[in-house]
Amino acid sequence: MSNQPLFEIKDLEVSYGSIAAIKGISMEVHKGEIVTILGANGAGKTTCMRTISQLLKAKSGSIRFKNAELTGLPAHKIVGLGISHSPEGRRVFGILTVEENLLLGAYSCKSVDRKVLEWVYDLFPRLKERRKQLSGTLSGGEQQMLAIGRALMSKPEMLLLDEPSLGIAPILVKAIFKQIRAIADNGVTVLLVEQNAKAALKLADRGYVLEVGKIATSGTSEELLSSEKVQEAYLGKKH
Amino acid sequence: MDTFFQQLINGLTIGSIYALVALGYTMVYGVMRLINFAHGDMVAASAFVGLTIYTQVMGQSATLFSVIMIFLLAAVSMACVGVILERVAYRPLREAPRLSAVVSALGASLVIQNGIMLLWGPQMRIFPELVPQVYWEIGGVVVSLIQVIILILSLVLMVALYFFVEKTRMGAAIRASSIDQDAARLMGINVNTIIATIFIIGSSLGAIGGLFIGLYYRGITFNMGWQYGLFAFVAAILGGIGNIPGAMLGGMLLGLFNAFIAGYVSSTWSDAFTFILLIIILIVRPTGILGERVAEKV
Ligand SMILES: Nc1ncnc2c1ncn2[C@@H]1O[C@H](COP(=O)(O)OP(=O)(O)OP(=O)(O)O)[C@@H](O)[C@H]1O
Ligand SMILES: [Mg+2]
Repeated sequence: MSNQPLFEIKDLEVSYGSIAAIKGISMEVHKGEIVTILGANGAGKTTCMRTISQLLKAKSGSIRFKNAELTGLPAHKIVGLGISHSPEGRRVFGILTVEENLLLGAYSCKSVDRKVLEWVYDLFPRLKERRKQLSGTLSGGEQQMLAIGRALMSKPEMLLLDEPSLGIAPILVKAIFKQIRAIADNGVTVLLVEQNAKAALKLADRGYVLEVGKIATSGTSEELLSSEKVQEAYLGKKH
Repeated sequence: MDTFFQQLINGLTIGSIYALVALGYTMVYGVMRLINFAHGDMVAASAFVGLTIYTQVMGQSATLFSVIMIFLLAAVSMACVGVILERVAYRPLREAPRLSAVVSALGASLVIQNGIMLLWGPQMRIFPELVPQVYWEIGGVVVSLIQVIILILSLVLMVALYFFVEKTRMGAAIRASSIDQDAARLMGINVNTIIATIFIIGSSLGAIGGLFIGLYYRGITFNMGWQYGLFAFVAAILGGIGNIPGAMLGGMLLGLFNAFIAGYVSSTWSDAFTFILLIIILIVRPTGILGERVAEKV
């Protein structure tokens, strides 16, 4: 991994008014990796994702993707550069149908690539069955599939996933994580925010642990899984 | 029975005008959660702009070509005013508390109203007779050419808008922005462009509504935007504010209700009854007739 990273954050600081939420973090993601950001409630994971997508503006620091600086760009320009974001809480467009949601996912492309649509339907056949249904009436798990599928429609190089397991039954979480693996195997680099540390580390190549706006530890998934600190704080094991 | 059909025609005519104007309120509210109080005054301004285009540009001719030009130019002018209004009065306040935007909207309303008074004077002006006074009498019911034109043109515009919003990519982007602006940005939607588009469409429809008011009632005053705007606003709430088919339905219902009260009860009471109707509907259905089609899961 000596070559240039695909994506790189340097000394990023983000505040809400006078309250600092991200207090100087740095990280990098290489092409083809699945990297996870772990952390307890309020650690700043979502803040970090929203800042990458420019929905929030950084106070200082830099965010680079394929050598282009993202900070300062308007939020709607990010997806066109190849970073797609499936947000926390899914945020599907409830009064639009499943298929309308997916087609909007390709809004940044000149035209909708039918092959990508078919791929998304292959990944999540449930969405195909329900493509004419209003997305607001889907179950939470189905909405999560839709949020991920919608993010794939723009053919991203890097996919940001913010807590895809939030409020979803364990069996569905397993299915969704399996498809995240499949997405990565298809050449999409993944940055995954999770509270479900065990599942995330089983899937990811590397991880960063965020604690109140700072990176507490980082390393390969094996390292983090065997680290006492991580086991205690996030895997519920007592030593 | 004659009264019934006569008031039905009259009600549908005025209802179409309310509906066109109500669309401007509802579309802006849908995306920005803001009542554009200046919208009614832009409707009034359009009638005066139409009057001036007729006298100054078209040399007082009322050929089909010049009538079409009057409609187009008035719609384009008001679309420009709408876009400027959004930039100057609303965009700087987008992150500000809601009440600041309300104050700004009321201020914009007064500015436009006073602008009309300064440019065209405080007295009532007579809108030109752009459409010949042709009437048909069908079994005791009188229908005018103006009414037929208003009904058909409104219907065409509303159907076109419905298809634009429901069936096109841009329409889907408008609907997405009205639900969740941040999620829309993640799709690559430029929400500022969407808002400008909404102001262009809403102001153009309102402009056509203003010309219809001139054609139908003839007398136009600088402050008439207040009255027509208020009724159209009520229509938008009746149908479910933010809901496009709701504004169309609300406008038509309000027009019919107005006409029937005027025909069967008394025209002096029709305004009061209209508000009683509004209150009753809002008690029974607080979100308006078509408001909140589905409960959104968060
Ligand atoms: N809009 C906001 N205004 C003010 N403070 C905020 C805002 N959003 C988040 N915060 C604060 O920033 C900190 C980080 O929040 P963030 O949502 O990024 O956490 P998170 O790691 O995603 O947590 P969770 O796992 O619960 O989603 C928290 O202390 C939170 O209270
Ligand atoms: Mg979060």
